Amino acid sequence: MSLPPAAAEPPGGAVPTGDGNGGGVVGRVPARRGGRAMFRGEWVIEFLIRLCGWSSIICVAAIFYFIIQEAAPVLPTMDWGEFFGSVIWRPTSAVPRYGALALIVGNLAVAIVAMAMAVPLGLGAAVYISEFAGPRVRETMKIAIEVLAAVPSIVWGFIGLTIISPLLIRYAGAELGGNLLNGAVILALMSVPLIVSISEDALRAVPDSYREAAMALGANKWEMVRRVLFPAARNGLLAACMLGVGRAVGETMAVLLATGNVVQIPHSFVDPIKTLTATIAAEMGEATPGQPHYQVLFLIGILLLVITCAINVIADFIIKGAKAKANA
Amino acid sequence: MREMSNPFAPTAYERRKARTARVMEYVFLAMGIALIIPMLLIIGVIVVKGWPALSWEYLTANPMRGGAVGGIWGPLIGTFYLTVLCLLIVAPVGILAGIYLNEYAPDNRLTRAIMIAVTSLAGVPSIVHALFGLGAFVAAMHLNKSLLVAAATLAVMTLPVMITSTREALAAVPRNFREACWNLGATRWQTIRTIVLPNSISGILTGVILVVARAAGETAPIMLTGAVASMWVEDEGWAKFTPYRLDEQFMAMAMHLNSIARDVPGMPESMKFGSALVLLLLILTINSAAVALRLYLRRRKRW
Repeated sequence: MSLPPAAAEPPGGAVPTGDGNGGGVVGRVPARRGGRAMFRGEWVIEFLIRLCGWSSIICVAAIFYFIIQEAAPVLPTMDWGEFFGSVIWRPTSAVPRYGALALIVGNLAVAIVAMAMAVPLGLGAAVYISEFAGPRVRETMKIAIEVLAAVPSIVWGFIGLTIISPLLIRYAGAELGGNLLNGAVILALMSVPLIVSISEDALRAVPDSYREAAMALGANKWEMVRRVLFPAARNGLLAACMLGVGRAVGETMAVLLATGNVVQIPHSFVDPIKTLTATIAAEMGEATPGQPHYQVLFLIGILLLVITCAINVIADFIIKGAKAKANA
Repeated sequence: MREMSNPFAPTAYERRKARTARVMEYVFLAMGIALIIPMLLIIGVIVVKGWPALSWEYLTANPMRGGAVGGIWGPLIGTFYLTVLCLLIVAPVGILAGIYLNEYAPDNRLTRAIMIAVTSLAGVPSIVHALFGLGAFVAAMHLNKSLLVAAATLAVMTLPVMITSTREALAAVPRNFREACWNLGATRWQTIRTIVLPNSISGILTGVILVVARAAGETAPIMLTGAVASMWVEDEGWAKFTPYRLDEQFMAMAMHLNSIARDVPGMPESMKFGSALVLLLLILTINSAAVALRLYLRRRKRW
């Protein structure tokens, strides 16, 4: 099979040689410009393909670059102790104060309460879909979850504002309809589809031989799920929860409409709060470009970007690691 | 003989275990149902409250007085143009990137870095995409906040969706197809154009539809890069179909819903829910198209 590349009849040297080109990656032999390997002009399209292939890296780099560039002027003069340690957020007063602690706590609080609801529900539903449900129930539930996933975040926010608010005022003793619990319920419903689908993939990835071995030892279904499936799929389930957290932390429009937007550290579930994301969305309209307020909002953007990127990349590594282990 | 104990009868311990297992199955079922019930309730409420507002006039009249009077024509056509523009930008780039990753990319560090970039791009919060659009297009390139800028911002946001779904669609084409084509003397690009793309076009289309659904529903990226709550638009004749210029601000359904969700004086509740219902139906219809295409694909798969 070792033809000299220049004379290779299948041009581009794309002769499948089976030399470790696995996983859908086609053999890597450089295509030759000019020779018989390509028709004239074909290098243009190949160049475009390569260029577009790097587009995601270019986009990520551009996002970091432009957001840091807009935030840069304020960085040297930033009072970091105040930014991370103070709850006084008065960007528009004569002596502006930029204490983001309450925003950070609010953002984490709403995400944590949301996850406290979404994780058990999501894992439970994933277990039911993958282990207990018959084919018809499974398809129905999956369609329902896809519908849940398709609802845009602004519609969720609208639901929080118009449907859940009155319920919380009447039954949970909330003074304002927009509060921590409202935002958390909405975020839980929004992130559950993600948690369910990724957990279900993780449970699917556990080989059937594990299930059969557990059953053969006399375990019933629940024991099999608890003692065999959960430990075996642990990494995938963990990644599902992390992606849920990432989604909940970065969500903007739903929390903007549903959490009440009062800058304070919440003391109860029905206290209104304000998140980092909602702060950017609500205040960017009034901020003047080039002014400290505008730059601090970009700084919050950097914070969000770093948090969510870290969560997503780590979760991705966990999923990949789990897959590699399952295939080994 | 009945008095003799049955040696195979379950002991108390076994009965307890069996009961736990049965209870747990119902608990898991309840968790699944707990997800579906709120969804049905919420969609039910939106449909019941929004249905009375829906009419031909509501869909074709422009909003006036902050949305309190009139309809949703302006935002609706704005969402249409926004989505089409976004698609024009993201589809070629995303599809070519998917082709690169599946057909050209060697298994090396650069490719792994690209994959990490796709993952992290998919995880970037939508408001950060908005900041990017503002920083890159408005502040650095001195463009107006406009339809074009908003579409470009959305294109960056939907790029990972396009790349991932294209890549999956291409990976589903068996390797033998390519090998057969190469052996006939076709170049790599000829193989992709004549064999790989025609066999994966429905999968790629599914990705395109998902991008449309995502772009039509997003609010945060467009609210900082060009969408406005309300503005005056042409209301007469053919101009009604082309109310926005590329370099001007525009209205969109998601932004419209955002602005009328809070109190608009004198706005009937049914009109608010009507807007939510239209947006919801729009997105769900687009998504069901993707689901239908996927099912159709699975059925007529030839290999």
